[in-house]
Amino acid sequence: MIEKLADIKSKALDELSSLADFNELEVWRVRYLGKKSELTQILRGVASLSQEQRKTVGASANELRSNLEVLYSENKDALKEQAFQDVETTAKGYKDISLPGRPIPLGRLHPITQTVNEICGIFVALGFQVVEGPEVEWDYYNFEALNIPPDHPARDMWDTLWIDTESGQRPMLLRTHTSPMQIRVMEQTQPPVRVVVPGKVYRYEATDATHESMFYQLEGLAVDEYITFADLKGTLYEFAKRLFGKERRVRFRCDYFPFVEPGVEMAIDCFICGGKGCRLCSGTGWIEILGAGMVHPDVLRRVNYDPEVYTGFAFGLGLERIHMLRYGIEDIRLFYSNDLRFLRQF
Amino acid sequence: MKTPINWLREYVNITLPPHELARKLTMSGTDVGAIETIGGWENIVVGEVVAIAPHPNADRLKLATVDLGSERLTSVCGAPNVAIGQKIPFAPIGAQLLDAENGERIRLKKAKIRGVASEGMICSERELGISDHHEGIMVLPTDAPVGIHLDEYMGDSILDMDLTPNRPDLLSVIGIAREVAALTGETMTTTDTKYIEAGESIVGQASVEIHDPDLCPRYCASLITGVKIGQSPAWLEQRLLACGMRPINNVVDATNYVMLEYGQPLHAFDFDNIADRKIIVRRATNESMYTLDGVARDLSDDMLVIADGMGPIAVAGVMGGAESEVTESTTSILLESANFNAASIRRTSTRFKLRSEASLRFEKGLSPELPLPALKRATQLIAEISGGKIASGIIDIYPGNKEVDPISLTTKKVARVLGIEISYEKIVTVLESLGFQCTLIGAGELQVARPYWRTDVRLAEDLVEEIVRIIGYDELPTTLPSGALPAYIPDPFRALKMRISDILVGCGMQEVVTYSLTSIDTLQRIFPQIAPLKVANPITTEQEYLRTTLRPGLLQVLSSNEKHEENGIRLFEVDKVYFPRAGDLPEERHMLAGVLCGTRHNRSWHGESDMLDFFDAKGMLETLFEHLGLVAVFKPTDDTTLSPGSRATIMIEGENAGTLGELHPRLAEYFDISIHPIILFEIDLQILLTATTGPRQYHPIPRFPVTLRDIAVVVDAKTPAKSVQGIIEDSPLVMMVTLFDVYTGKQVSHGKKSLAFRIEYQSPSRTLTDEEVNIDQQKTLDRLSKELEATLR
Ligand SMILES: [Zn+2]
Repeated sequence: MIEKLADIKSKALDELSSLADFNELEVWRVRYLGKKSELTQILRGVASLSQEQRKTVGASANELRSNLEVLYSENKDALKEQAFQDVETTAKGYKDISLPGRPIPLGRLHPITQTVNEICGIFVALGFQVVEGPEVEWDYYNFEALNIPPDHPARDMWDTLWIDTESGQRPMLLRTHTSPMQIRVMEQTQPPVRVVVPGKVYRYEATDATHESMFYQLEGLAVDEYITFADLKGTLYEFAKRLFGKERRVRFRCDYFPFVEPGVEMAIDCFICGGKGCRLCSGTGWIEILGAGMVHPDVLRRVNYDPEVYTGFAFGLGLERIHMLRYGIEDIRLFYSNDLRFLRQF
Repeated sequence: MKTPINWLREYVNITLPPHELARKLTMSGTDVGAIETIGGWENIVVGEVVAIAPHPNADRLKLATVDLGSERLTSVCGAPNVAIGQKIPFAPIGAQLLDAENGERIRLKKAKIRGVASEGMICSERELGISDHHEGIMVLPTDAPVGIHLDEYMGDSILDMDLTPNRPDLLSVIGIAREVAALTGETMTTTDTKYIEAGESIVGQASVEIHDPDLCPRYCASLITGVKIGQSPAWLEQRLLACGMRPINNVVDATNYVMLEYGQPLHAFDFDNIADRKIIVRRATNESMYTLDGVARDLSDDMLVIADGMGPIAVAGVMGGAESEVTESTTSILLESANFNAASIRRTSTRFKLRSEASLRFEKGLSPELPLPALKRATQLIAEISGGKIASGIIDIYPGNKEVDPISLTTKKVARVLGIEISYEKIVTVLESLGFQCTLIGAGELQVARPYWRTDVRLAEDLVEEIVRIIGYDELPTTLPSGALPAYIPDPFRALKMRISDILVGCGMQEVVTYSLTSIDTLQRIFPQIAPLKVANPITTEQEYLRTTLRPGLLQVLSSNEKHEENGIRLFEVDKVYFPRAGDLPEERHMLAGVLCGTRHNRSWHGESDMLDFFDAKGMLETLFEHLGLVAVFKPTDDTTLSPGSRATIMIEGENAGTLGELHPRLAEYFDISIHPIILFEIDLQILLTATTGPRQYHPIPRFPVTLRDIAVVVDAKTPAKSVQGIIEDSPLVMMVTLFDVYTGKQVSHGKKSLAFRIEYQSPSRTLTDEEVNIDQQKTLDRLSKELEATLR
């Protein structure tokens, strides 16, 4: 039995000296120290030996096992270190890292959605809420409630697509602006009101590089007891700075929209030429970006807000135009022709 | 509207350069879109033709000697209209002008024409860039001073303005001059419209009756006899041309001139063609008439006409009639200057599609005070340029004469709107510069009377605008609203749309936004049974109907992109469709739709890719639903836009939420898409919204070990895998079931398939024993065998 142990020992040491790597060491461990190894068998059989044999064989076998275990442990560390060094010195792991990665399909939001989200985000930060409204509207909300009765010359400001309805029915149309939502929001809530309304609007308009029959507007409305024109200026100035850069200047000029009084148009100083005049700003140094004004007292009265108690401001802007200005896009038709080579750029 | 600055100068002193004047006007609401310059001529001077001699070598050419004051030069001239005594624009050698042939700028060079040296050139309007006229030389007024530069004599800047519809008073030279005066601190020059009334009294010669005073608040008329119809003087024609109007004859030109100057449209009737010498202003009956443009017009009783003893002779405020038109043989003029109801004029002109210069002014609501001064000015001008005799007196019927109440304005009101105190002195100064009259009636309280031409000003807010547009918006402070935050208005659809879009973008989908309007043909390919809303005045038949489905738009985008896309295309749209409702606005239903086609992986060195298929789309939707916390069941459908065998209805909480499937080849051909297969889905967001609302519950992470078992069962090929899985999942000990292999082929008999599942057994409260798992699994196998005739493989 003792000879057998000596035999195991010499074989184990012999093999150990020729191991190439950690994997071979593991095989070695299973062979000499595993559950089914000769040595383990001997150790298990010690109990059935005679007392004397038990003593000598047991002691030798245990000694051999602990020796082999130490050897295993030493060799394991050396062989692992050897393997780590091999990673450094051999080209086994070499990859041409200039090869392209495995492509993952890339999704994007439509540029107009990105602009809607960005601008809504700015107004949300200024305390506004985002709501949406119907695109097919009654004449009442689109025009009459906004101080534009039938036969009013201001109707020429909005070329309208009308819905074919049965005779005798109230006139229905595709909203020409997002302003009808001013009325709907005020009808449904009490002041204070602070909302922005993004959405599609429609015009009876032949399309060209700067005109579309469908586009996006964003309407804004704030009504409270002490809203002033100065608040309108401040809010829109803040908006312009956040969207176009903090060094932007704004300019207001008198303009006319039947549902506001006073009415203005806001321009920002040209971010291409800095106000000196260039092609983008048609040489004026200023770029018009939105219409605004103080909510007309007749409009407030129509939704049962007392104009002696409440004042408000409203504004509206075309979102494609904003996007076009920011990216130097010259043809509005690119938005809804959805050429992927266009959409992928945003 | 175009207004020459030189014309403005007749009413107000202007010292600002044109661009600065334009800027001030623009900032205060009168948008000057462009400034046209007449002139900028180099070295062109006013000359007088003093001699004409025949050209020795050419019959059609002449040698004209021109006096330029300091020298006399001879020019070879081919114009048929050159004559001795004419004042003409003369270009000496070296001057710049436009080539009459091609309009290019050229410098006049010394030249011999048919052997005779020409020392300069008498110019046509075209060569000066004034008009296209080049049949003859341009003849200047006889009082043009010889020798001065043409620029100095007739150079001008013309302001081209886009006016807002609330300001009809600005559709006039005087109106613009008033704005300039207020903006520059100048005062208006008063002009004289006095004239000698040499004829008999108009009363007794002509009469006017107004039958419908609500449509005609005022009618003024004068009478001029013995007029000679002819061409207008050059200065008048030049001004009309500069303002974009075509000269016709001296009388018509005079009425147009005064319209441009005062903003009041006028009409001249040939008095001899007015039956009974009587003007009746009334609603039309069912009659018809020929208007000046030679078109027969059927009139209806909501239209106002000017009639004589026989019938209508003009559509009031819109267009005159052919019968009473001023012609070459006219000798007596009845001149009309009236006020008409704005809405009525707009209705009539819209009906006839006749938007004349007159109707465009009347429809904006002119002042009833305007007809009288305008009539006087026009009468004076016609008599001056046509040699007529003015009847004494004028007719002035004014049933609509009303006092206009003054407006109360307080400094407090101004501060409430603008957010800054403005002193009442400043307010008064600004308002008075615009022609308002202010009376101080208490501390900081004013009574403000508007000038007659400001028909647009009605409220204190209107006055606030007047103040701020003159002092400038830069004077106002910049603040943010300081009040309480408003009550929260939830918009759950918007929130859901944004969430869905983000998830799908994360799945590699590109969002598109397409037109809401489409053609009836495309809609009927998808939903033949639904009648969509129709646009009454569509721009094209391609955009005539409101969509009831997002599918056509997506397929059109796919079609237009497929040719230039090498890799797989994944598109989605989240937007509305419109379902008509009787007597109400349509239901605007929020939908999600998508298409996928082409290769699953972009072409790359990593190997060939399979085509995107039904299960790519289904997997993505399952991801979406899992994100939203929804469980969807896919059931077979008979949607005919999709291919049989690859089409499903998506059921969520028992409701039909939408459709998923492979596009039917018939539709692929219709939309001109050649790639195959195309997977398409369309989902109703209302169903998703209803199912996603409500709280979601957390489940503790299980602590006890999982026992794994793999089984493969053989079932009929047509048995849905979902049925097999459903039975396995039924056991309370089963935590999760994953289908990991589907096999048909030699290993199983014909018409059968093998489904392999990994089953995870787990209890939330204890460790399961092998034995109880074995018993449970056997129960499952028994059920599968009984219910689906499944056998263990
Ligand atoms: Zn610029």
